[in-house]
Parts: sequence; structure tokens; C-alpha cells
Amino acid sequence: MKFACDEEQSLLADSVRRLLAHDYGFEARREIVTSTTGYSASVWKAFADLGLLGLGIVLEHGGFGGGALACAPVLEAFGEALVVEPYLATVTAAQLVARGGTTAQRETILPRVVEGTLRLAFAQTEPGARYDLAEVSTLARASGGGYVIDGQKCAIVHGSCADLLVVSARTSGQVRDPTGISLFLIDPRANGVTMRSSRTLDGLRIADLSLAGVQVAAEALVGSAGSALPLIESVVDYATALLCAEAVGAIASANAATLDYLKTRRQFGAPIGSFQALQHRMVDMVISHEQVKSMAWLACTSVDSERDEVKRKRMVSAAKVKVAEAARHVSQESVQLHGGMGMSDELKISHTFRRLTMIAQLCGDANHHLERFTHSKR
Amino acid sequence: MDLDYSPDELAFRDLVRTWLRANLPADLRDKVTHYRSLVRDDYLRWQRILAAKGWVAPAWPTEWGGTGWSIMQRHIFEEECGYAGAPPIVPFGLLMCGPVLIKFGSAAQKQHFLPRIYRGDDFWCQGYSEPGSGSDLASLRMAAVRKGDHYVLNGQKIWTTFAHMADWIFCLVRTGAESDRRQDGISFLLVDMKSPGITVRPLVLMDGGHEVNEVFFDEVKVPVANRVHEEGKGWTVAKYLLGHERTNTARLGTSMREFETLKAYAARQRKDGRPLSDDPRFCDQVARLEIELLALSITNLRFLEAIISGRSNGAEASILKIKGTEIQQTLTELMMQAAGPSMQAIASADDTAAADDITGALARRYCNYRKTTIYAGSNEIQRNIIAKQMLGLPS
Ligand SMILES: Cc1cc2nc3c(=O)[nH]c(=O)nc-3n(C[C@H](O)[C@H](O)[C@H](O)COP(=O)(O)OP(=O)(O)OC[C@H]3O[C@@H](n4cnc5c(N)ncnc54)[C@H](O)[C@@H]3O)c2cc1C
Repeated sequence: MKFACDEEQSLLADSVRRLLAHDYGFEARREIVTSTTGYSASVWKAFADLGLLGLGIVLEHGGFGGGALACAPVLEAFGEALVVEPYLATVTAAQLVARGGTTAQRETILPRVVEGTLRLAFAQTEPGARYDLAEVSTLARASGGGYVIDGQKCAIVHGSCADLLVVSARTSGQVRDPTGISLFLIDPRANGVTMRSSRTLDGLRIADLSLAGVQVAAEALVGSAGSALPLIESVVDYATALLCAEAVGAIASANAATLDYLKTRRQFGAPIGSFQALQHRMVDMVISHEQVKSMAWLACTSVDSERDEVKRKRMVSAAKVKVAEAARHVSQESVQLHGGMGMSDELKISHTFRRLTMIAQLCGDANHHLERFTHSKR
Repeated sequence: MDLDYSPDELAFRDLVRTWLRANLPADLRDKVTHYRSLVRDDYLRWQRILAAKGWVAPAWPTEWGGTGWSIMQRHIFEEECGYAGAPPIVPFGLLMCGPVLIKFGSAAQKQHFLPRIYRGDDFWCQGYSEPGSGSDLASLRMAAVRKGDHYVLNGQKIWTTFAHMADWIFCLVRTGAESDRRQDGISFLLVDMKSPGITVRPLVLMDGGHEVNEVFFDEVKVPVANRVHEEGKGWTVAKYLLGHERTNTARLGTSMREFETLKAYAARQRKDGRPLSDDPRFCDQVARLEIELLALSITNLRFLEAIISGRSNGAEASILKIKGTEIQQTLTELMMQAAGPSMQAIASADDTAAADDITGALARRYCNYRKTTIYAGSNEIQRNIIAKQMLGLPS
């Protein structure tokens, strides 16, 4: 069977759902969201204990291998429960190290990620760059055997939870040149680093980063200088595929809640689900869900096995366009069909709405991916 | 929209515009245009400025302070106020309770309440919806039992906008049993929010803001003199209000201002090193919205003309509500998208540090505006009304 999870994956997904059902109810989540750090250390440890942080990382570094397809059921469960822990941020940045890092970097960083003692974040976006990955103007100048880095980064998802940042910076070329971009490992506590954290609409934390004369050693360079863009693109595609998988779960949860509401909420002496106008709306939401399942699978398969870079980009963009549109459609409809209750902070549905709204924009909105789908050519 | 107005109407528009320029306080306008939350005093301050000018209740009969304007003039006035960034008129007193009292109130009720509403002495809220009765309002259950010259109220209202700021609430209550016609046995009462037994509990919405409430009534005594119209005839009152000639359903002035904000904001955002407003995909989305606005403006004027000449089909208000709210929602959505990755971070509702940058308010606003298709008769209910009243389809 090509589209269904294998047994190992289903078992893992079941354990994740059990954990979340137990530790991640609506109230527990609310406490985590409003806590100082914005995530739960004990939940994070539980993720590590279940081996979730080792997915996508090879055995040799303590991981359990697999790619986006192996990770997808976990993200789906996260989408259902609206997990706010810095999982996607950490595994995305870990992929940058796993795929591009030196042996020494991989050996020191990855095992600690797997065991849950090192959280990472990827500082890529710059003010005004929108979703263009090549628009990097943060500057890294070679100096005294290492580098000095200056620049501004913004919208770093889970930046404030990270023990270590992977930062893109220019070692040569001009803004938007595809070559000349490099990646550096930067300690958020280093001199010259300032981070300003805010909350996001969906209960996560996001940071703006200012780098002023930050000195790093030569060993902080991930891989070789000037050639990081293809690596960044493939890893952001990986993150996009996982985000699509998360959307599958969030949409499933929105649909289940809405269906339940249609069956139980009564107006005019009947369940509102007996009104055909609403039945058709619900049916369209279910169709959106099916399409998103297909596209999430396509995105995950493509990032795992598509060797042709252009084709991979087109498939991931196709998936993200569909996912963004479905996230918008389902989130809006689920709130609408809940009536006033859909607006309330006290019901989960409005929180799923907010996460789906963010999923639609993250890693590039529909316009961005439509453009990339159209223009990615050999 | 100059081509649609006659010279007289244009002159009136200029008069209103000039007055607004001189009299709308800049701090209030800035709050509105920067999406900061308004407090009770903000609404009342603006209302009192309008009252002093004599423009706060244009649609009321002149004996109660109405302006005697034509429907077209009222429309122009409302469009200009919205466009200028004036605080919205809180509808519950001036646009709901006032007209009800004018139509159904006793002489004493009119004498007492109308001037107070006009001047903004009392802040009103609307107690219709209940947990079990939203779209199906006639199923409401809050009980009002007559004891001598009082009613005793027990029950609950929900989604009551601004109950936490209000001095008075008008309620639909059940004074008789639900008979064959469920609408029978409903009465319309005016209730002092300071009455013993009333508890207001905030309901936070998904944008984190507090605008609606649950209101609990526990043995609340209301003088029979505060009943409007006959006992058991509250539904007639409520229906009158629903059908009440309103000119600002589409909220065109506000949406036109928001549209300009969107264009200016998009011009300040960058994509590929150029203004986002140069991006063809985004441009198309903005253009579509502008065309929607244009279509609705003309539709609105056509409908006003039909109403003035007595050719109403009964569904105009529903059509304007549906299209008007869709436009409002699209505006908030495009604004949020224009912000790009920065839209994720939210400024707290009372964060004044980021006062001049609206970015932190955009996602919250997108969330908040989902309400517009739900309240004031959901857009589904509006479609049912069109299907029945205009098209004669069976229910
Ligand atoms: C922000 C906000 C402010 C509000 N302020 C006030 C206020 O000040 N005072 C007040 O009294 N009320 C207020 N309301 C309540 C508002 O009027 C109700 O939310 C509205 O009438 C819908 O009722 P409901 O929420 O119970 O949804 P329901 O009636 O339960 O509807 C749920 C869904 O079913 C749909 N539906 C219901 N019946 C049908 C049908 N026959 N055919 C097709 N679809 C149908 C609805 O459109 C909706 O999508 C406010 C609501 C909100 C969200």
C-alpha cells in the first residue's frame, strides 16, 4: 500500500495521540501557551522519549532515519491537538545541519537534538524579503580566521526557545543573488545578538533578531561558504511538506468539530445539520480535506525521493497552494457554521482557525507558491 | 463616486466633509484608522459632538431631533463619516431602541428615554440572543413573570455586545407560554443594568478582545412601565426593527477608507525589492476587490432609489448585508496577506508602542471580522430571507 502508513508509523502515531490526549487537552494547552517560555519542557521530553526528535536523522547520529513521510503522521497528530512546542522549528534547522553540516557539527549537534536537550531555530527571513529565500542581505565578513556578522532577521518561528540558531548570511554577492549565501551556527547568547520575541496569533512565539558585529569562529560555518541556497530551498521544502501534513490533522479536527456541531446544535426545532444549505458546505469541507491528504502525501514523497530539483519545487508548491486554499476554506467555514460559538476563545475551533490561518501563510503563501509553480523551469 | 450624485447631493457631501474635517477629533480618528480598541468614552465623545451639531440621529422625526434629511442625504452622511474614520455609531440606542420607542413607546417612555439616547446619557446594549436561540430567535426562553407592577426576570442572554459598558439593555423575554405560534408570548422590555440580580460575564473572542458578554438574570425586577408595546407583542417590535429602513447596511464609507489603507499599506511592503503593489498577483486581488466595491456602491444606490420610490422587493437589506460583509472580510484578509511573514506576530490589543504600525493588528482584525457574517442575521439566514421574500421559494 502506497498511501497508507505502515505498521510502525501507525503505532508511533497512536502513541503520539495517546500522549496528546493525556497531556495536551484544551486547558493544558492554554497553560502552555500563556507560560513564560511558550512550550512545555515535560512535553518536549516526552517527544524525545517517543523518538519523535530522531525522525529524519540517521542512526549514526542517534536518530531513527526516515524522511518527511515517516514524520507526517506525527505532524498530523500535532495538527489535531494544536501542539505549540518548537518541533517543526527544531527538526527543520536540524535538517540544515544533517544535510549541510560538517562531520563535527553533525556529531555534536544532532545527538543532542534527538535526546531533546538542544532546541534549534532557523533565522532566515529578513524584513521586506517576504518569502524569497535568496533575499539575504545579512552580511558575514571573514575576519581573523572567523566571521563577523551584521544584519536583521525577522519572523523566526520559535526563535526565543532556541539554544542554537542557524542563520543565513551573505559571504559574497548582492541581495537576491542565488550564490553567495552561507549558513552559520550562532549562540543566541553571544555578544551582539539581540532577540525580540512576540506571540503569534496561533499561540506560538516568534522573534526578530538583530546581529551587530557578532563574531563567530570558522567552525560556525555550516558546510562550505557561498553555496547554501539549494540546501535552504530543499530544507524549506521539507518543512513545507511537514506543514502540509500538520494541515491534514488541523483540518480533520476542524471538520470533526463542525460535523459534531451540525448534528448537535438545534435551531428551528431541528439539528442545523438537517439544513441542506449547511450539508453541502460540510461536504465541501470534507472534499477539501481529501484533497489536502493527497497533496500532503505528494509533498512528502517529493521531498523524500524526487531527485529532480525543479520537479520537487513544483510539486511542493502545488501542494502548498492547495493546502493554503483548503486551510482558508475549512477554517472560515468551520467558524461560520459554529455561529457565535465559532468566534469564542473558549472553544477549540477558534484556535484551530488561527493555526490554519497561519499554516496558509507559513513557508510561503498561495501567491508565492503559485508563482514558484509557474516559474520553476529547467 | 462623483458621477452618481446630483449637484445638490455633491454640495451636501462637501458640507458634511468640511464639517467632519473640522470636528472629528484627530485622536479618535487615529484610534479608528490604526485599529486600536475604542472605549465607552470614545464612542460617547463622538456621539456628543454629533448631538451638539444636531446630526446624531438623522433618521429620527424632527420633533425628536432628526435632521429631516432625505434617504440619499443620510446615505451620504454615513458614507462620509465612515470614510473620514469617525468612530462607528453604537447602534443599540440610536438606531435600535430609539426607533422602537418612536414607533411603539408610550409618551412617558419617549419623554424619558429619547432625549437621553440622543445626548448619549445612557449607553445601551441589545439582549436578544440566548444560548439556545440564535438564528431561531423566536425560540427564546428567558422568563419574565408578572408580579403586580413588576416583571421578574430569570434566564440568560449571550453575545451581548458592550453589556460591560452599558447602562441599559433592551431585551426580548417570554411573558407567555410558547403556543402554536412561537412568536406569541414574547415581550420587549427595557432593563436598567444596575438592577439587582444582573451579572455580566465577559466572553473573550478569538482575537483576544472583549466586546461581547453573557448576561445572567436572577430574579431581576423590572417595572411593567418599562415594557414597550403590548405584552406578548414583542415580536412585532423586533420585526419592525429588522425591517427598519437602514441606510448603512453595506458600510461602504468604511470599506472605501479601508481599501485606501490597503493600497497604501501594500505600497509600503516590499516584494522582490519592489513595492508589493507592483506584484501582478497581488494587484489582481486588489483590483477584484475594487470592482466588488464599485458594484456594491452602485447596487446600494439603485436599492436606495427603489426604496425611495416604493419599489422595494424586501430583500435589499439582505443583499447589501451579504456583499458588504464579504467585502469587509476580504479587506482584512488582503491586508493580513500584504504583511507577509510579519503578520504572524500580534501586538496586544492595548499595545501603544506599536501604535503607528498597524501590522500587529492585522491578523487579529482578520479573526475579529469573521463575526460580520455571523451577527445581525447570519449570511445564511439572509439568504433564506432572499429565497423566501424575493423569490417566493417554499420553506
Ligand atoms: C461578535 C458578535 C456580537 C454579537 N452581538 C449581539 C448583541 O449585541 N445582541 C444579541 O442579541 N446578539 C448578538 N450576537 C449574536 C448573533 O446575533 C448570533 O450569533 C446570530 O444570530 C447567530 O446565532 P448563533 O450564534 O446561535 O448561531 P446558530 O443560529 O446556532 O447558527 C449556527 C450556524 O447555522 C446556520 N443556520 C442556522 N439556521 C439556519 C437555517 N435555517 N438555514 C441555514 N443555515 C442556518 C447559521 O447561519 C450558522 O452558520 C452577536 C454575535 C457575535 C458573533
